[in-house]
Formats: sequence, C-alpha cells, structure tokens
Amino acid sequence: MRPLFIFLLTSLLSPWGWAADSDTLNSPQWQFVHTRFLKAEPYQFDGAVKVEAPTDAEDSLNVPISFQVDGLEGIQEIVVVADLNPIPQVLRFRPKEMRPHLSFRMKLQQGSPIHVAAKTADGLWHVGGVWVNAAGGGCTLPSVGTASGDWTKTLGQVSANVWQRPDGSNRLRVRVMHPMDTGLASGIPTFHIENLNVLSEDGKVLAELDLFEPISENPMLSFDVPKQTQFKLEGRDNNGNKIQAEVVQ
Amino acid sequence: MKRLLGIGLLACSIQLSAASFEYPLQPQAIAPDTFVLEGKTEDFSKENGGYIVNAAYIVTNDGVVVIDTGPSRRFGEQQRALIEKATGKRVIRVYITHHHPDHFFGNQAFADLPIYALPETIRGVQREGETFSNNMYRLIGDWMRDTSVVAPNQEAKLGREVIGGHELELLAFKGHTPADLAVFDHTTGVLFAGDLVFNQRAATTPHANIVDWLASLEQLLKLPFKVLVPGHGKVTQNDQPIAQTRAYLVWLQTILQQAAANGLDMNEVMATPIPADFKEVALAQNELNRSVAHLYPALEAEQLKPAKQAE
Repeated sequence: MRPLFIFLLTSLLSPWGWAADSDTLNSPQWQFVHTRFLKAEPYQFDGAVKVEAPTDAEDSLNVPISFQVDGLEGIQEIVVVADLNPIPQVLRFRPKEMRPHLSFRMKLQQGSPIHVAAKTADGLWHVGGVWVNAAGGGCTLPSVGTASGDWTKTLGQVSANVWQRPDGSNRLRVRVMHPMDTGLASGIPTFHIENLNVLSEDGKVLAELDLFEPISENPMLSFDVPKQTQFKLEGRDNNGNKIQAEVVQ
Repeated sequence: MKRLLGIGLLACSIQLSAASFEYPLQPQAIAPDTFVLEGKTEDFSKENGGYIVNAAYIVTNDGVVVIDTGPSRRFGEQQRALIEKATGKRVIRVYITHHHPDHFFGNQAFADLPIYALPETIRGVQREGETFSNNMYRLIGDWMRDTSVVAPNQEAKLGREVIGGHELELLAFKGHTPADLAVFDHTTGVLFAGDLVFNQRAATTPHANIVDWLASLEQLLKLPFKVLVPGHGKVTQNDQPIAQTRAYLVWLQTILQQAAANGLDMNEVMATPIPADFKEVALAQNELNRSVAHLYPALEAEQLKPAKQAE
C-alpha cells in the first residue's frame, strides 16, 4: 500500500516523469493544459512561437495578446490557453492561406501564464508563452452590452479595414459586435461567437478561427493576410446567430 | 511537529511587527510658509507604499491648508501628525486636486475638516473609489490597512479667497481627468498644478483627454507663478515641467494616431521606440503601455469602416 502511495504521489508531483521539456513559465497548470487542450500529445517549448503581451495588464477585460509563429512548416492548428483562467481555452486558429500571426484581446480573471501552442504536420506541438499580471475579475463581469441592453441593436455587425504593410503582406483588422458573455456572471448565460472564418473574395478559406468565452467583448482581431483587398467573413455564435460580411479596403 | 509550527508562527509575527509602515516624509521648504512632501517617481509598490506623489501644505496665520492627502490612511495620518508637530498649528482645510487614488486616500485622517474638490472629482471618487481601493490593496498591500474611501465633503469654490494672509486662487481645468483643480497662491507665487504637470516622470492617462489637457497646459503657462509644484517629480522655479509634459503628450497623441492609421494592433504600438528626449523620464515605457490600453481603442475604431452585411 505504502510504496504504491508514494509512487502515485511522486508521479503526480514530478514534472519530469513524463514531460519532454520544462515549462519556462513555471505554470502550476501546465500538466492540465497539456492533457486537456493538447490531448497529451508530444510537445516542445520552442522559441519559434513568439507571444507578446504587456507584463502588466492595464484592463483585465481587454488584455492584448499577439503571436507570430515563424520558421515552422505545415502548421495545422494554433491553440491559445490562459492557464489560470476559470475558462482556460481562449481560441483555436487554423491558418490555411495566411501567415500564422494573430492579435486579439482577452479577459483575465487573474494574472496567468498565456500559452500558445502550434501543431506541425508531424504531430508535434511547439509551445511558447508569456506571463501577464492582472488585477483580474475580467471573466465574472457582465459585458457592457448586456449590462446596458444595447447589444441587440448591433449584434453581429462587422467593421473592418485593410492596410498594405511595409513587409509585403496586408493587414486585415476586424471588429465583430458581440457581448461575448462568459456565463460566469450571475444570471447571464454563456453567449459567445464560436466560429469565424476569413475567406478570400472568391470563397476560398484563408483561415478558420474558433473563439471561446475569454475573448473580449466586441472581438477585435488583426490578421496578416495575402495581398488582397477584399474578404468575406463567415461565422456564428453559440445561439446560432450568423455572422456574414464582406470587407473591402 | 507542533513545536515547529509554533516557531514558524512566532517567526512570522516577528517579521510582521518589524515592518513599521512609516512613510519617509521630509518637508521641503519651497517658498515662504510653503512645504512639499515629495514622493518618488516610481509606480505603486509594496516597497514605496504608494508614496509616489507630491503632497503639499501652506502654513497660514489661521492654520494649515493641505493639498492632497496621499495614497492611504496611514499616509494621511502621518502627514497630519507631521504637519501639526512641525508647525504647531492645526490643519484647517484640505484641497484634493483630482480623483486618482494616490491623491485622496489619506482623506480619512482629515474627515473632521472641510475637504474641498471640484464636483466632478467628488463624483469620480464616489463612482470609482471602491475599484481604486481594491487595486491599491493589491499593489501596496498592508500599507493600505484600514483605508477606506472618504469622498471630499465640500465643493471647491472657484476664484480668489484670502486664508490667514495667503490669497489662494482655485482654478478648474480638465484633461488629466474630467476635473483637475489647480491652486495658485498669489501671496507666494506658488502654483500647485496637480497631475496636469509631471516632472521627469511620464504622464498617466487612465482618464485623460489629451486635447483638453494640452489646452489646460496653455492656460497654466499664462499664470505668473514663481514656483511650480507638479503632481509627480521635483518642484521647479521655471515652466520646464509644463513644456516637458506638453511635448510628451503631443508625442503620445501623434504615435497613437499614426499607429491607428497604419492598422497596428496594441502590442505593436507598445513597441514604439521612446524618443531620446524622454529617455530620462521615469516609467516612460510603462506609461506608454498603459496609455495604449486607455487611448488606443477609440483611435483604432475610427479607422474601421462598416462592412457590408450579407443576408
């Protein structure tokens, strides 16, 4: 009995027992994140996954996160997780015909490691991340739209623009009006955009995006897109409301 | 095991009582009858206890006038004790320049006196005081013990008033916050500018309107002051801190507008290089990051166009 107990204890506590690499962010939740959101698949911490965020979040409802994954071929999917958030999974991004770059804003309930993991065609997850300190409370507040009741007038409306960038790509910025309620504020059910795809003018899918509750109200997203100036956006929320819009420069 | 725990608890309690929570208050004489308690040009920390702000007092014939009460109950109490001991006079009234937490959380120690502020400042304290309080406990910890929100209890009356031989003029501005009170002592030529003016410390913008702020600085420059007390940073006998604050705000406004026009996202804007002119300005990078959070959302929204909604 006793040796078994000690064995279980050490295997639970030891970060070396199974991990390929140690988490540079020292996240207490890394094992859970790896098991739950990376399906316990092989991974390595990799400097190719660059994550930017302010060290101290000024606004826990709108913490800006940007990532770039350069120098890796065959990226299948990129997952963003805020380890200590009550709802840790933030988004899943599958860039098909655009660079694996993305900027967005999220809600933080407390200071947390933000992990970004990119899965390549060989099945390996490449992981990067940053720590963000925050006053917190971002996940358990009602959205401004829900609190004021204004959200019904603008739900699903898209504003956007396209810029030519000095590095040869184009920048597409998109804002979709949506409360993005987390379900953690008393009496307000979960209400968030689940899916948003970026398509070229002729309907070819450039990227797929799954969004989860921690994404900030009225999501603002920045994509590095091919040199086109017309795009389509298609998506829906968890109540079945559709998002469909055409963007021109 | 029990004994070990006991020793551990004892060690903890010794450590707690060793921390004195004494603010290093040293009054600087800056003009006749006029003193400043100069805080560090740092951000809030558990080391500085929030003493990052300038509080001031004028010793009049009728008693002492206090301008701003600092970041905590402890600060206000120590400030009042020091003033009454050093001057042998009672404090008779308090002015609060604006509703930010480093300027009014000592009010508890002066709650028996008239505490004057602009009406919008009083409303700001009532509206946001609890949020500030929570954040201050997080940032400076036990320095905040037993601090609670005490809103100013009198509306400041603009214009001139002679108090104990000092002719004080109260001036209402805006821009750093929706209501910024400046106090100009015509008798000594000292201008207490509050946080409209920062000296070698980057301006903060959580409630700022930069256009209004720049207009307020133009008005301040017209006053015939001899000594300038900024909200943060060293007291001067010239208008250099006003020029520096103006240059910083113009730079900030310009880079934010350009970034929005070029389609940048927030983290890219935060990576904007700080110009050589502001390299010596404390906390320039921190405040740029914060200002992006405060001011960028409105500017970037202006650059978006409504997309055509498909049916």
